[in-house]
Amino acid sequence: MVPTHYYLILSAILFGLGTVAFVFRRNIITIFMSIELMLNAVNLAFVAFSQAWNRLDGQVFVLFVIVVAAAEAAVGLGIIILIARIRRSLNVERVDLLKL
Amino acid sequence: MLILDNLWIIPLLPLLGSATNGLFGKKWPNKIVNSVAVGSTGVAFLCALEAVREFFQLSPEQIPLVKQYFSWIVAGGFRAGFDLQVDQLTVVMLLVVTGVGWLIHIYSTGYMAHESGYYRFFSYLNLFMFFMLILILSANYVLLFVGWEGVGLCSYLLIGFYFLKKSASDAGKKAFIVNRIGDFGFMLGMFLLFRTFGTLDFVPLFAKAGPMPADLMGQYGTLTIACLLLFMGATGKSAQLPLYVWLPDAMEGPTPVSALIHAATMVTAGVYVVARSNVLFTHSPTAMLVVAIIGCATALFAATIGLVQTDIKRVLAYSTVSQLGYMFLACGVGAFSAGVFHLMTHAFFKALLFLAAGSVIHAVGGEQDMRHMGGLGKLINKTYITMLIATIAIAGFPPLAAFFSKDSILLGAFQSEYGGHVLYAFGLATALLTSFYMFRLIFLTFSGKPRFDEHHVHVHESPNSMVVPLMILALLSIVGGWLAAPAFWGGTDYFTKFLDPVFSHGAEAAGAAEAAEAAAHALEVPLAIVAVITALLGLGIAYWLYIKNTKKPEELAKSLKGIYTALLNKYYVDELYAATVVKPLMWISREVLWQRVDVQVIDGTVNGVAAGAVGVGDNVRHAQSGNTRSYAVWVVIGAIVVIAIVFWPYLKPVAVGMVR
Repeated sequence: MVPTHYYLILSAILFGLGTVAFVFRRNIITIFMSIELMLNAVNLAFVAFSQAWNRLDGQVFVLFVIVVAAAEAAVGLGIIILIARIRRSLNVERVDLLKL
Repeated sequence: MLILDNLWIIPLLPLLGSATNGLFGKKWPNKIVNSVAVGSTGVAFLCALEAVREFFQLSPEQIPLVKQYFSWIVAGGFRAGFDLQVDQLTVVMLLVVTGVGWLIHIYSTGYMAHESGYYRFFSYLNLFMFFMLILILSANYVLLFVGWEGVGLCSYLLIGFYFLKKSASDAGKKAFIVNRIGDFGFMLGMFLLFRTFGTLDFVPLFAKAGPMPADLMGQYGTLTIACLLLFMGATGKSAQLPLYVWLPDAMEGPTPVSALIHAATMVTAGVYVVARSNVLFTHSPTAMLVVAIIGCATALFAATIGLVQTDIKRVLAYSTVSQLGYMFLACGVGAFSAGVFHLMTHAFFKALLFLAAGSVIHAVGGEQDMRHMGGLGKLINKTYITMLIATIAIAGFPPLAAFFSKDSILLGAFQSEYGGHVLYAFGLATALLTSFYMFRLIFLTFSGKPRFDEHHVHVHESPNSMVVPLMILALLSIVGGWLAAPAFWGGTDYFTKFLDPVFSHGAEAAGAAEAAEAAAHALEVPLAIVAVITALLGLGIAYWLYIKNTKKPEELAKSLKGIYTALLNKYYVDELYAATVVKPLMWISREVLWQRVDVQVIDGTVNGVAAGAVGVGDNVRHAQSGNTRSYAVWVVIGAIVVIAIVFWPYLKPVAVGMVR
């Protein structure tokens, strides 16, 4: 059986990759995908702990996260399509009208 | 015991009158305002009469009668209550204040009839009566101080009654500010008394002070300092040197106000306080001497200024200052009852003089300068006669009021152990000057040829509402002195005996008084003759200068130019105060307190805080770049910080190890 910390290390690596991608990429789609990556890294950690402690709570949370992620994907993709239509671009740096 | 049990009703009546007129009087016709104002004070006077009647039924043990109505300030062992007290001194003051006050209210209905702000005037005047009654009825220094400040406030309001006139509002401010200086001393005196005796109620305080030894400095100086501080308050309120400067300027107020507040009642509050605190003062000969010297100096000083003034009310104002000096002289030499007696007679004849002067001013259409009067005697007969009676009274001719009161003061001064003969000489000189300037006033105003424009000024006698109070006061000026007629005059010196319980303490004093009385009887006749001769001399000089040789005064003024201008300019005291006190204070206020403290420190702090907030905001706003990724970086940094804090116990050894 694979030890728990293997999963956790993999989870941390995936999360870190997601974070770095979130910060450094400019394409909105890529950023969106990095968010999904982070969510799934967390899911992996949940499942790992669930198996380690022999409890189902973590798996329940994973289902919740998947549902929320699905909803988020629906809303987020809608926003992205609108931005793409208005700006004719997917560069996140062009979307900065919220500054003071 | 209807009124004595409900003493509060006496001050309450004028207060109600004041409130009613002040709140609703604006829309009322003069008649209703009249009846409220005159009615409330009249009923207060009747209540006072009833209170006095009941007072005479009390047994000596019941006096002073103290009524505690409610506690006002209670802190630890200290209690200051709304306590009223009646003793012989209060009775005298009560009758003077309510009686003369009522007469002046009646007079005012005639005098002020054509003025605007009629209801305002009577509201203030009634409020003044309220505070004055609180002052004289209170059974402790704290409540007395309430009345003290209250009459000061009313004085300020009434001096500045014609507030559109700059000189009037300035005079009001001057009176208020000069009084503040004295009140500062009065408060310090109260604090010291409380610190020493642990109470400010009259009865226990005087009971504790009574057995103290009367050494030269009065119990290691404590009593002396307390007395001098109280006296400082008295010099402010009663216009003595060096704080007298406000009273002549206070003549800017309407004439009835000058009569009631600045002659008959309020300005005598200082004398009342000194007389009330006689137990403290008699234990401190140094303080007594200071009181006597200040009183004597003020009497002479003000009388000399009064010699050359041409404004009829200013002459009377300086005369008031001078007579108040007499009262303090009496208190200072220990003749308290003589001082209070002079207070009473002075209230009669000086109120009469002011009211008559008001009647004269009324008659000649507002003119106050005596150089533009003259020959009024035949035209306004009743005013002339009543004013002449008052003048004879103040000059000290027997058997009118001031003859007895002034005589007993001079007698007291003559007998004083501390430089009595010098004080007596000054007092006598003042009497001479008084007689002179008062007859000068009479001759300039009523005799000789008219110096006003007869085609424009229609001289007319005042209405009855003004003349009747004059007559009553004239009657009082004549008979008022008989209360204290000394033995050789056929009287029993009833007044002194009546006030004796307030002013003499213990049996030893009684024995001494007996001996002093015997000595006094021997002195009375020669001193009285000297006083009358002095008064006649003053009359003679005035007659010679202003009736016989009307050119002479101008020649004298020319030949004695230096003295004359100094007197005419009131010894330049106002200018001196302006240069030494007012100007430096104004400079400090403007240059330091305003320009530095207020503008730079206080405003600077407030503006600095605001500017700092703006600056910080201006710098921090760049954090909101609108760039989504920079926000993400902030989130990541935040997450790292949170994780670092949560895991610090585990990270610490690693971090410390790394540093090593």
